Amino acid sequence: MLRSPSAIIFGLLFPLVFIVVFGFINPSNVKFDVTIDQRSDTTGELYAALKSNSSLRFRTVEDGQQEERLQKGRIDAILFLQTNPENQEEVVVTTSKASRERANIVEALIQEEVSSVNSRRLDVLFKTTPDSLRISSAQRYAMKTALIPGREYKTIDFILPGQLGFSILSAGVFGTAFVFFSLRQTLVLKRFFATPIKRPFIILGEALSRVTFQLLGSLMIILIGHFVFEFTLVEGGWTLVKLLLFAAIGQLVFMGFGFVVSGIARNESTIPPIANMITLPQFLLCGTFFPIDAFPSWLQAISRILPLTYLNDSFRRIAFEGAPLLDLLPQLGVIGLWGVLVFFLAVRFFRWE
Amino acid sequence: MDIIQVNNLVKKYDGLVAVDGISFSVAPGEIFGLLGPNGAGKTTTLEIIETLRLKSSGEVSVCGFSIDAQPNEIKKRIGVQLQAAGYYPNITLAEQLRLFAGLYSKQVNVVEMLSLVGLQDKVSAKYKELSGGQKQRFSVCTTLINDPQVVFLDEPTTGLDPQARRNLWELIRSIRQRGTTVVITTHYMDEAERLCDRVAIMEKGKIIAQDTPERLIDRLVESGFERKKEVKKASLEDVFLSLTGHEWRDE
Repeated sequence: MLRSPSAIIFGLLFPLVFIVVFGFINPSNVKFDVTIDQRSDTTGELYAALKSNSSLRFRTVEDGQQEERLQKGRIDAILFLQTNPENQEEVVVTTSKASRERANIVEALIQEEVSSVNSRRLDVLFKTTPDSLRISSAQRYAMKTALIPGREYKTIDFILPGQLGFSILSAGVFGTAFVFFSLRQTLVLKRFFATPIKRPFIILGEALSRVTFQLLGSLMIILIGHFVFEFTLVEGGWTLVKLLLFAAIGQLVFMGFGFVVSGIARNESTIPPIANMITLPQFLLCGTFFPIDAFPSWLQAISRILPLTYLNDSFRRIAFEGAPLLDLLPQLGVIGLWGVLVFFLAVRFFRWE
Repeated sequence: MDIIQVNNLVKKYDGLVAVDGISFSVAPGEIFGLLGPNGAGKTTTLEIIETLRLKSSGEVSVCGFSIDAQPNEIKKRIGVQLQAAGYYPNITLAEQLRLFAGLYSKQVNVVEMLSLVGLQDKVSAKYKELSGGQKQRFSVCTTLINDPQVVFLDEPTTGLDPQARRNLWELIRSIRQRGTTVVITTHYMDEAERLCDRVAIMEKGKIIAQDTPERLIDRLVESGFERKKEVKKASLEDVFLSLTGHEWRDE
C-alpha cells in the first residue's frame, strides 16, 4: 500500500477529509446577518437579548444602504427598535424577498427572543403584582414584520456559480495536467522542438485553445442555467460578459496548477491523486455546495485562503448582485496572488521531456 | 562543403560519457549511416545534431549554421524522425500534417504529401490506427513538410517486417533522389550495406570506423578474415520474400 500513493490518498486521506468536513457542518453555525436601523432605541432589554443571540450577526451598514443590501440578500433583516405611538415597545423586522427562507428563520429567532423577554417580564410582574389583570399590553414587546421586494435568491443562484467554479478548477487542473503529460509521453513535444516553433508559443497555443474550449463550456453551463433553471443574470448580457471574464481568469490560474501537477507526476497514475489533492479540498471548502459560513471558524480560515472561494464568490456577486468589476478587486487580488505563486511553482517544476 | 560537420563532440550525463569526442562529416546528397549496438550513443549524437539536446563540448554545424548560434536556422532546414512516435494518437494524419505545416508556417497539400509515402488512402485515419510500417512512413512524411536539406531518421526500420523494410528503403532512396541528404541510424548491417553511401560505426561513444561499406568490407577481407561457412546464393530472407511477395502490405 505504501508503494501506491493513490491507494493511500483515495482510500484513507480523502475519506478522512470528507468525515472532517461533513462532521463540521453544523447548522447552528449558520449565522444570520442583521443590521440595526440607526433610529433605533438600543437601550431596551430586547436589544441586549438579541445582541447576545449567537445565531444573529450584527452588521454595521450605513444608513442609506440598508435597504439596498437587504434587497441584494447581503443581509437578512433590518431591525428597528422603537416605542410605538401606542406607547408600546416594539421591534420591526424588515426582510426582503431576496432571501425568503433565511428571512423566515430570522423572524422566528427574533420572535423567540421577544417571547422570552416578555415571559421574563411577566414573571417579574407576577411576583410584584400578583394581579395578572393589571399587566397591560404596554408592558410587553411587540413584533411587527415588513417585507420589501427584492430579487428572489433561488437555489440555482447559489449552486450554479459554485459548479461553474468547480468545473473550471477541475478542467484546468486535470485537463492541463493530462494533456501536457501525454504530449511529453507521446514525444509530441519533442517532435515539436525539432521544428522552428519556439517553446513559449507551444504553451501559449495550448493555453489559448484550452481557454477557448473551456469558455464555451462555461457559456453552456450559464446559458442552460439561465434558460432552463432561471439562473439570475442581473444585468443580462453584461453580466454574462463579466462572468466569462472571471471564468477566463480562473482558468488561467488553475491551468498553472495543472502545469505543476504534470511537472511533479512521475507517471500517468500519479496524476489523479495529485490533482485530486488540489481540487477536492477546494470542492468541499470553497462554497461549491454549501456556504462556508456552515463551517467552524478555523475551517473557514482555510476556506478563505483558497482561490476557488474567491472565484465562486465573484461569480455569485456578479450574477446576483450585479457587482461592478471594481468591487471585485479584493477577490481578483487573491486569485491573482495564487496565480503568481502557482506560475512560479509551474516554472520550477515544468519539464519538457 | 559538407552539409554536416561534427568536430570532437562530447556529451556527458552526470559522470557517464555518452558521446566521447567524435568527429565526422556528411556530404550533400549522400545517405549516411550511423551504426552501432544499443547504447553506443547513436541517438544522443543524432539529437545533438538535430538541436534537440545540448552538447557538453565540441563543434557541430548543419547546413552551414552552428548548433550553438543559430539552432532555429537549422530547424528550418532539417526534417527529424524520432525513434519513437511523436504524434498525437487521436487526430487524423491530415490534421497532423496541417499542424506540423503550421509550425513551419507553410501550406501543404495533404494528399500530395501522403502519396509521397503511399499513405494517400489514410488521409482521415488516426495515427494510432496505423500499422508499424505505416507509422514509420507517416513519420518520414512529416519530415518532408518543410522541404528539408537534411533528413534524420532514427532506426526507422526497427520492428518492421521484411516487406515494410524494403518499402522504406525505396522511400529513403526516393528522398535522396530529391536531392535531400539522409542521415540514418540502424543496427541492421544488411540495411546499411545496401542503403548507405558511407557509414560510421560507433561503440561506447566513440567512432571506431568510418568509410563506405564496400571499403570497410574489403579491408576486413584483406586482413585475412574469412566467413566460417560458405555463403549460399540466397538467404532465408530471399526465400521469405519470394514466397510472400514484395508488395507493400497493410499489416
